[in-house]
Amino acid sequence: MSSTAEDGLRILVCVKRVPAPGARIALTADRNDIDTRNLGFTTSPHEECAVEEAIRLVEHHGGSSTVMTVGPPEADEQLRYALSVGAGGAVLVTTEGTDPDAQATAKVLVAAIEALEADGGPFDLILFGNESADAGGFQVGIRTARALGRPVVNGIKAIEVAEGRVVARRESPEGYEVYRLDLPAVLGVKEGLNLPRYPTLPGRLRSKKADVPRQPALVVAGGLATLDFRLPSEQVTETTVLGDGPDAAAAVADLLQELGLL
Amino acid sequence: MVALIEHDRGVAPDTSFQALTFARSVAEQLGTAVEAVIIGEEAQPLATEAASRGAIKTWLVRHPELTDYGPEAWGDAMAQVTTASGAAAVVAVGTDRGNEVLAHAAAIDDLPFAANVVGVEVAAGPWALERVRWGGSLLERSTLDAPVKVLSVPPHAVPAAEPGNGELGTVEDFAPELDDQAARTRIVERVPAAAGSSLAGAAVVVSGGRGVGSAEGFAALEELAGLLGGAVGCSRVVTNNGWRPHSDQVGQTGKRIAPELYIACGISGAIQHWVGMMAAKRVLAINIDRDAPMVTKADYAVIGDLHTILPAVVSEVRRRKEGATVGGDG
Ligand SMILES: Cc1cc2nc3c(=O)[nH]c(=O)nc-3n(C[C@H](O)[C@H](O)[C@H](O)COP(=O)(O)OP(=O)(O)OC[C@H]3O[C@@H](n4cnc5c(N)ncnc54)[C@H](O)[C@@H]3O)c2cc1C
Ligand SMILES: Nc1ncnc2c1ncn2[C@@H]1O[C@H](COP(=O)(O)O)[C@@H](O)[C@H]1O
Repeated sequence: MSSTAEDGLRILVCVKRVPAPGARIALTADRNDIDTRNLGFTTSPHEECAVEEAIRLVEHHGGSSTVMTVGPPEADEQLRYALSVGAGGAVLVTTEGTDPDAQATAKVLVAAIEALEADGGPFDLILFGNESADAGGFQVGIRTARALGRPVVNGIKAIEVAEGRVVARRESPEGYEVYRLDLPAVLGVKEGLNLPRYPTLPGRLRSKKADVPRQPALVVAGGLATLDFRLPSEQVTETTVLGDGPDAAAAVADLLQELGLL
Repeated sequence: MVALIEHDRGVAPDTSFQALTFARSVAEQLGTAVEAVIIGEEAQPLATEAASRGAIKTWLVRHPELTDYGPEAWGDAMAQVTTASGAAAVVAVGTDRGNEVLAHAAAIDDLPFAANVVGVEVAAGPWALERVRWGGSLLERSTLDAPVKVLSVPPHAVPAAEPGNGELGTVEDFAPELDDQAARTRIVERVPAAAGSSLAGAAVVVSGGRGVGSAEGFAALEELAGLLGGAVGCSRVVTNNGWRPHSDQVGQTGKRIAPELYIACGISGAIQHWVGMMAAKRVLAINIDRDAPMVTKADYAVIGDLHTILPAVVSEVRRRKEGATVGGDG
């Protein structure tokens, strides 16, 4: 039974810790990984919007939001960020060594979700990002939903919950498409769904003290295995400096005319 | 070898027949032919077209639950037709729908799915793949070990298959078995966009980043875009600050555009932004920092404060346009 009407919505959000490269990606010497020594970490913007949406839905309907990740112990940082903006709870399923593939990740998530649901009842809504920022597999949410036997639609940019159902919109070339799913349901969302809030000072303090339980993942590798990485060949561009400051306006207008744009 | 031909109630996006081209590059290594899969109603003309573009056989998949797009039903149908065809591999173009349908089809049979593949080396054992990550700024080399290989190719990575003058392929109807649950995620309504952003097709995009400083600061960009018949774009910092709507965002989690000219005002050039506009023919960077990655990667640059440069450019462009109307040929 879904708990929608009386006790609000029980929502789970799945996020992934990824490095945040700037102007270019640097690889490790063996090219097996991104060189993260000088990088911060984050989650995909899609997933930040998923967290924000869960918080808003709970603010509106009551209930609870939980954030979960499968990752290294350091992924604690991304979960605490989600807590600092208002997520209710967090679960870290720890892995060792290389990033599990999509099949393995989905299986770990399914096991963890089933365990959480055995204790606390089913999640009305499970939110994923449309795709992870780094692996870009476009599939972990779909695999997880299939395994749980729940309806799932990816690419969602607007969500409304009412009367045990979720109405979700996705962009199309002409406008948008509307999907209507009975709860419990799963959605993969895209940035633009909302404007995520920033953490508040009390939020940060709360998130520092929060208990983030950890459990080890049982990883069963799937059929797609990463060997190494390569940077796409970058064509070197000779930059023509048209000038400095407002004096360059004539040169810019010349360029526009030359390109037939003026 | 089967290739999904995407369409929406009979209308094929410009990427659809790229699936056949990609499929052929794999099929040639396998020494087999390419078959097309078209799911849903109103697709008969497309089946004929697929046949003319090199599909030896086209599976026209129809069922009362497939009247309109639904990811679960489409995935079920794709998995069933793949099995029925005995294909060693199934491919689609990695659009929203292409990746979604393949992810479902792969999940049903617990097969791995490699999204956005740009290189395939077929082998007796696992295949060697190259696929894009980080929206296109990193290439991953991987091995794919599966009884049926499920792959998507990024949109526009290969050209569409041309109609040939060889023999026309055959068309075969296929009725999948779908229960009444399959279509529970079908589209229930379509809403046309209210005069949406013209960013995608604009010839000139005047785009702003953190350097613009405020929502009001975009007035100068709007003005220049208006004079050039172009559109305004922005970086993620701008949408995160609420200065512009997300529909204006260019990049990995925004839009991918390919204008004739991209004018980047106060944008540093992070890779996640760059992948959204790297298909632009030319880039003009306006930045106070001569060493900003956007400047060093651009074709043209103006160094300095965009707040003084843009008004000067606007008035010069206006002067020349007016000159052109008054004087005749500018
Ligand atoms: C997974 C992921 C996905 C992302 N997706 C996107 C995406 O889709 N799109 C996107 O844009 N970003 C994306 N980002 C964010 C990206 O990494 C950068 O943070 C962002 O692009 C930086 O925006 P910016 O260039 O406007 O700001 P900054 O990096 O702060 O650069 C501002 C620039 O303005 C210049 N400047 C400042 N003042 C002036 C002035 N007065 N005149 C002229 N120049 C001035 C500065 O020299 C600087 O170069 C993503 C990040 C991650 C991790
Ligand atoms: N390791 C992970 N832990 C938790 N959620 C994940 C993980 N990997 C992927 N996801 C979720 O699945 C979505 C799709 O991922 P992917 O299939 O890798 O593109 C992401 O946006 C996340 O919401």
